[in-house]
Amino acid sequence: MNNILSNRIRQGYRTVEFPSDNIQLPEAYRGRPILNPNASDEDVQKVASLCPADAINPDERTLDMGKCLFCGKCQSIKQNFIRFTRDYRMFVLKREDLIIKDTLKEPDTSSLKTIKKLFGKSVYMREVCAGGCNACDADINVLNTPVYDLSRFGIKFVASPRHADGLVVTGPITKNMELALMKTYDATPSPKFVVAVGTCAISGGIFRENEEVVGGVDKILPVDLYIPGCPPHPFTNLYAFVKFFK
Amino acid sequence: MGLLKIENGVAVNIEDIPLLTFDEFKDKILKFTKTGYVVQHFAVPCYGIKGDTTNNKNNNENNNKNKTSYKIYTVLRNDGGLYVISTIVGNSYESLSQYDIKFHMFEREIAEQFGIVPKNHPWLKPVRYHKNYTGNPDVFGNDYTMPIPGNYPFYEVEGEEIHQVAVGPVHAGIIEPGHFRFNCIGETILNLEIQHGYQHRGIEKQLITCKKKILPPLIESVAGDTVIGNSICFSEAIEGLCDYVANEPLLNYRRLLLEIERIANHIGTLGGLAGDVGYLPTASYYGRIRGDFLNMFVFICGNRFGRSSVQPFGVPFKLSDSHIVELIRRFEKLKKEVIDVGNLMLDNPEVLGRFDYTGMVDTETAKLIGLVGPAGRASGIEYDVRKSFSKAKNIYDRGIELVVRKDGAVSSRAKTYFYETLDSIEFCMGLLKVSDLKINSNNNSSNNNGNSKKLEEITLKPNSFIITMEEAWRGELSHCIITDENGNIIRYKIKDPSFHNWTALELAVRNEGIYDFPLCNKSFNLSYCGFDL
Repeated sequence: MNNILSNRIRQGYRTVEFPSDNIQLPEAYRGRPILNPNASDEDVQKVASLCPADAINPDERTLDMGKCLFCGKCQSIKQNFIRFTRDYRMFVLKREDLIIKDTLKEPDTSSLKTIKKLFGKSVYMREVCAGGCNACDADINVLNTPVYDLSRFGIKFVASPRHADGLVVTGPITKNMELALMKTYDATPSPKFVVAVGTCAISGGIFRENEEVVGGVDKILPVDLYIPGCPPHPFTNLYAFVKFFK
Repeated sequence: MGLLKIENGVAVNIEDIPLLTFDEFKDKILKFTKTGYVVQHFAVPCYGIKGDTTNNKNNNENNNKNKTSYKIYTVLRNDGGLYVISTIVGNSYESLSQYDIKFHMFEREIAEQFGIVPKNHPWLKPVRYHKNYTGNPDVFGNDYTMPIPGNYPFYEVEGEEIHQVAVGPVHAGIIEPGHFRFNCIGETILNLEIQHGYQHRGIEKQLITCKKKILPPLIESVAGDTVIGNSICFSEAIEGLCDYVANEPLLNYRRLLLEIERIANHIGTLGGLAGDVGYLPTASYYGRIRGDFLNMFVFICGNRFGRSSVQPFGVPFKLSDSHIVELIRRFEKLKKEVIDVGNLMLDNPEVLGRFDYTGMVDTETAKLIGLVGPAGRASGIEYDVRKSFSKAKNIYDRGIELVVRKDGAVSSRAKTYFYETLDSIEFCMGLLKVSDLKINSNNNSSNNNGNSKKLEEITLKPNSFIITMEEAWRGELSHCIITDENGNIIRYKIKDPSFHNWTALELAVRNEGIYDFPLCNKSFNLSYCGFDL
């Protein structure tokens, strides 16, 4: 017992103040990308052909953050088109807003009056992993650790879709999970919402052309919130949830 | 003796691999697996392999006939080394599983991927539920336009008071999908059958058709918690097929990352075990400490799971002196916390009351099914790739001890995870302190010495077979690549340690209360996506 208490004292208070301007992610972290509209065509072409995710449309000079893996491959060559900031704050309400010309603009969530009224004080979510590699799930799971402490905002993950107000979906939706996902969605009482977390859930990611996957949640369900990343940093998820519901 | 001795990460010509008739093959490997183990066992269609296509190039009829023959490669291991052997089979062959259970899942996989029937297989069911690659008639009679689970027969226990419990694919926690079918009497589990496939994304098929630039992120997405393990196996296989020799600093760098991955995941497992028995101090502190180790990855490469940090022919991210100093500082601080918080749990009689004698897998059973990794060592199997086949064995010999326990209960697995974690922390600190300058010089040299190659531009050795292995945090992870006469990859086989170990979970919960299933499951902490591919 003494040991438990002394350990508790040594552990101290670990929960990060949020939202806060003091959260600094390490230099190596690749967050919200910024495109340079004045970059040379050659640079754009170079980046487009290098990108493993084919996230760049060289004709339109756009980057699809719903396909980007944030792998940093484009940062390994000399180019003047894309750079990544350390800003973890990324989410959108519409799929097309993820296709950026310069950078991601934060959506105005004050207009989401119904969502905030219905779910703002207390919201229960059910997570469904549908073919993801477990990274997105693991980084959603850590929101329950003392550091992020999601439940202080009245947001909680629950075991049953029947107890949930909405779904959080990860993975490219394998054909083998499609039915289970639809059943889970149907079991969730209305009004409900769907959140797509991670590149795979948004666009199917690198699996999008495989016949074994559906290739993105919004192919089969209406999505209300998109959180990009491969996987999104826990702070990215936390920020998006808080902005969306609060 | 009919077996070709090979080495981890060294390519051999496919023509040098002994090709035996099926009967010889069967005798040979069944004799071997009495004391040895199976690393890989997979099929390749013959029409994709050089020798056979050239013979039949001008003859369509023969080509069609060839479509019904397949080469089966088997990689075996014992204390003496690694061996490969092959045979040719038609649309069916006599199942080896009826003589040795180690082949059970491998033969089901071959049946599903190519439509080859292992005759007299004791439990022939799909592994992942997908149509086969060849267009052969489906072995299981499934209609793949129907969603899973089309028509699975589950093992059934009959009797008046027997009831079945079906769990999944959507589980109660934030966890991947899989289906568990229990046959119980009262609360006691008589039989558990696990059916996977919900995570199947078609990775093995994609690996041989995709552009080379997609390979690294694809490999990293095999299992999001084993990014480093899979990337090391991939990188060493590609390097082996290009005769590129990784120098010691590069090996150091990769093993540092691999051990961080192991520490983070073992701590996550221990935290999960604490949570499953309701011991909250360790559950919440370890939840946070796991994050601190993952944050080391962000510090090194910008991603919490170490994505893009390990690639063939060098390192994309440099470790500067200040990085090393900072990492050592973090390790020193965390080491004390890891020990304190772990002992808190493992000294607690209430926790041990749940852990001890729960979910036992005895040594005999473990050997029978070929259990690997920390779960195998907890059951008394003295096998760790780091101490045997690893490319970095010399480095590991300086710091890693073989942690082996006997009784194979949840408590033994928990203690194995705990002591391996402490071992790995010491190892990482030693690596950072002693080898720091070398790692740096490697960064510079790999960029400057003209040896730097690009994955997109390389040509792999033609007609080659290579196998790579490493002790990922769950155990023996293995990749195998076969190339054709132009150096194109015609087969890429990935075997996650979970492929062996899910069977152990099925056996461990027999005669346990169903309330202890989450605890037993967590004590193995197996991969769904690494299994489903």
